[in-house]
Amino acid sequence: MIRTIAIAALLTFGMGGAVLAADAPTDAQIAHIAYTAGQLDITAAEQAIKKSKNAEIIAFAKQMEEDHKAVNDQALALVKKLNVTPEDNPTSQALSKAAADKLAELDKLDGAAFDKAYIDNEVAYHKAVNSALSDTLIPAAQNAELKALLQQGLTLFTEHEKHAEMVAGMLK
Amino acid sequence: MRPFALAAAAALALMWTGGALAADYTIVIDKMAFGAVPEILHPGDTITWQNDDALRHTVTARDGSFDLNLPSKTSAKMTVGAAGSVPFFCKFHPGMTGTLVVTP
Repeated sequence: MIRTIAIAALLTFGMGGAVLAADAPTDAQIAHIAYTAGQLDITAAEQAIKKSKNAEIIAFAKQMEEDHKAVNDQALALVKKLNVTPEDNPTSQALSKAAADKLAELDKLDGAAFDKAYIDNEVAYHKAVNSALSDTLIPAAQNAELKALLQQGLTLFTEHEKHAEMVAGMLK
Repeated sequence: MRPFALAAAAALALMWTGGALAADYTIVIDKMAFGAVPEILHPGDTITWQNDDALRHTVTARDGSFDLNLPSKTSAKMTVGAAGSVPFFCKFHPGMTGTLVVTP
């Protein structure tokens, strides 16, 4: 009953090319993956706020930091209420490793080169996360409240994707 | 009792706008969406925008006539302006949109 998790999409946007195969994720794993994905974008935003001098990039990064923190706070409150302990898993680990690599890659860049690399990755990252949410995580979620929170996250992150594309277009 | 009656009459007169009492409405923002906009709005009515969402939102008129910044779990009140159709959106999440239709 091994099923390929479509989260492979998460790892194909310049953050590595690994394809994961595993059982359908449990709610505890889904919660961990979703929380991890949010935390990684917060870390990326913190780097951008520190390094960029571009007002649009900084404003975008601050919004990512605030929005993802808010969603993750909701996720933490939900898992506490449901008495679910988020469970680390290969997908979360691969995401963290790929994000760390990307962070190191971006750290070597400055000025316009950094801004472009950051926002391009934000477009790709949100696109990939949204695909994983709609194709895998939301359908696999068993608990109705978790499913609803993921759905709400998808709505929000779709807005982020559009916003990132708009900012990327302004840099060209 | 006469001063009280006079004060009440004055208060009523102040609230009287164009022959109709100004109405107060509340529009709730939650789960990345604006709540329903009142179908009938007149200049001088007030709208309290109540952000129940976990996220910060704005209520921003495309014509620039209003721009409210609403952190999570806050509200802000505005007075409806001149008659016309005013589309609005959230600057942070531009997919969130709505339109105020104000009739004279």
